[in-house]
Amino acid sequence: MAASAAVRSSMGLTLRLSRVIPDCSTCPLFRLKCNAKNAANLQRKGSFDSFRTINRHLQTSIGLYHSEEGSSNAEDPEDVVNVVYIDRSGQRIPVKAKVGDNVLYLAHKHGIDLEGACEASLACSTCHVYVSAAHFDKLPEPEEREDDMLDMAPMLQENSRLGCQIILTPELDGIELTLPKVTRNFYVDGHVPKPH
Amino acid sequence: VICFCSPKVCIVGSGPAGFYTAQHLIKVWTVDIYERLPVPFGLVRFGVAPDHPEVKNVINTFTQTAKHSRCSFYGNVNVGKNVSITELQQAYHAVVLSYGAEGNRSMGVPGEDLAGVYSAKDFVGWYNGLPSCRELSPDLSCETAVILGQGNVALDVARILLSPIDILKKTDITQPALEALAESQVRRVLIVGRRGPIQIACTIKELREMVNLPDTRPDMVAADFDAVKEALKDLPRPRKRLTELMLKTALEVPGEKEQERRSKASRTWGFRFFRSPVEVLAEPSHSRIAGIRLAINKLEGSGEGAHAVLTGEVEDVSCGLVVSSIGYKSLPIDPSVPFDSRKAIIPNTMGRVKQAAGLYCSGWLKTGPTGVIATTMNNSFDTARSLVEDMDSGTLDVSAAKPGSQSISALLEKRGVKPVTFSDWEKIDNVEMKKGESSGKPREKLLTVEEMLVFALLYNVIEHLKSVFEEIK
Repeated sequence: MAASAAVRSSMGLTLRLSRVIPDCSTCPLFRLKCNAKNAANLQRKGSFDSFRTINRHLQTSIGLYHSEEGSSNAEDPEDVVNVVYIDRSGQRIPVKAKVGDNVLYLAHKHGIDLEGACEASLACSTCHVYVSAAHFDKLPEPEEREDDMLDMAPMLQENSRLGCQIILTPELDGIELTLPKVTRNFYVDGHVPKPH
Repeated sequence: VICFCSPKVCIVGSGPAGFYTAQHLIKVWTVDIYERLPVPFGLVRFGVAPDHPEVKNVINTFTQTAKHSRCSFYGNVNVGKNVSITELQQAYHAVVLSYGAEGNRSMGVPGEDLAGVYSAKDFVGWYNGLPSCRELSPDLSCETAVILGQGNVALDVARILLSPIDILKKTDITQPALEALAESQVRRVLIVGRRGPIQIACTIKELREMVNLPDTRPDMVAADFDAVKEALKDLPRPRKRLTELMLKTALEVPGEKEQERRSKASRTWGFRFFRSPVEVLAEPSHSRIAGIRLAINKLEGSGEGAHAVLTGEVEDVSCGLVVSSIGYKSLPIDPSVPFDSRKAIIPNTMGRVKQAAGLYCSGWLKTGPTGVIATTMNNSFDTARSLVEDMDSGTLDVSAAKPGSQSISALLEKRGVKPVTFSDWEKIDNVEMKKGESSGKPREKLLTVEEMLVFALLYNVIEHLKSVFEEIK
């Protein structure tokens, strides 16, 4: 557990410093004929699994996202908020965050596949998450505009919120945020309409 | 060290479907995106309403994908005309069709071709600067406009027709549209649907915007809402909240402040339910419209599955502008690609085109033209997943090297086609933003393909000449 946490925190640094996926055209071995299928398989399994998101979101974290530095370097222990993201494959990803962190940008910082198409402006529902029952009621009530956008999210549940509207406070320590499993059924009440 | 020869895929269409598919594939594949226009982003640029700029933020995500070293954008390339699907399939391991829906469903009623009748697709294209809609010049000299359809596009059209000019002039709406709307005489907009309030297709955000639109007041028919209150309690949350807002707007007696605001309003808007168009009525000279004849329906069944049944009665509404907003429609691109003309989509299973190995589709072309950007995002990720599965299972053979853009670029050059690269687009982008600055708009869109090409391709020449002239001075 500690080893993978260490890997993840060093990944945080790596994400900031370099492209996530290696650019093969710079590799001297590139010209060798190799079995593309085997190599592609190797790339997908193992060590690249947690690098699903390309290194692109760090430039868009403005406004709501407060902390610049890697959360694992949080100085004040009272400032630390422990968060667990549960991604679409069910994998649990524990993250050490800080008070004031925005749940959407925190996810981006840690390579978690949570989209934020409208960049936290309450104009989409792509950052839809399920909030752990114990913490759901500790969140401030959503404003009307958030509820309007949540209405568009597939697989809406009682504990649904938009990640871009959740700002971490000390009482949210231990919060678990589950990413809804994306299905082919896009309609909020489960109905697939007939074409007309 | 792991090395691999990155398999090559090309995507036809650079709207949300194209870019979200690319975003997912770029982890492993080399991705080339082909786009007919010189400019990318499809309906994000040409469909999303000018007063919804936050929805367009997704362009930043797409830009990062486009600038990934394994992604290349080729604008100004007409797939189906400049290069065939077969040629693309020879050059790439896989081809993804994401070119959306550029046509529209027609009402199929007499008088549909009269002056004064427009499809919402063209009307939206006109105020958003789609080059093919530049000459639309809709006549806005009438008092009443009737919109057929009650989805978000219908509400966008109503809102743009009735918004105060002071709001519109700070958006990226085109200058000609802004000028036309500033002179507009339209004061009343009716948004007409075949079925009832519970079947309305728009979403609550757009309805709320109409309710709160400055200098307007709602004008509904209370009787249309008779059966609605009892049905409320069984509705799922999104439908319930939407219906509650409609009921409140239609039936509730407003407080003093709202009452005053409404009495001062110079423009009205309202839904009309249980009405289907049967004929567009012409003026005696038959040159333009005088009104529209609507059949009166009743509902059979309830909820989403309810359908409209004619009662035999009709009603005539005087109006000078009709906008039909009853759906976009995909068109076939190439005879070699299967196309279901009844559903107007490419027949597919999870994005794999039926009976066409190596061919995939995503976005509206795959599932039909409904849904917002988030819907298309999920849809595109699903198609990308199918591609990856096929590569894993060997269904898609990526072992043989393919030439990719090298061979296609050579073909295009031979045919006299000059693709616009992403950095060329950035020059167009800069020109548009600079032009918008002086009038306080986020951008002033270039309105013709020729202008776009000039700025993209001659930009460097112009910059060079400018610096030469500076030196001479």
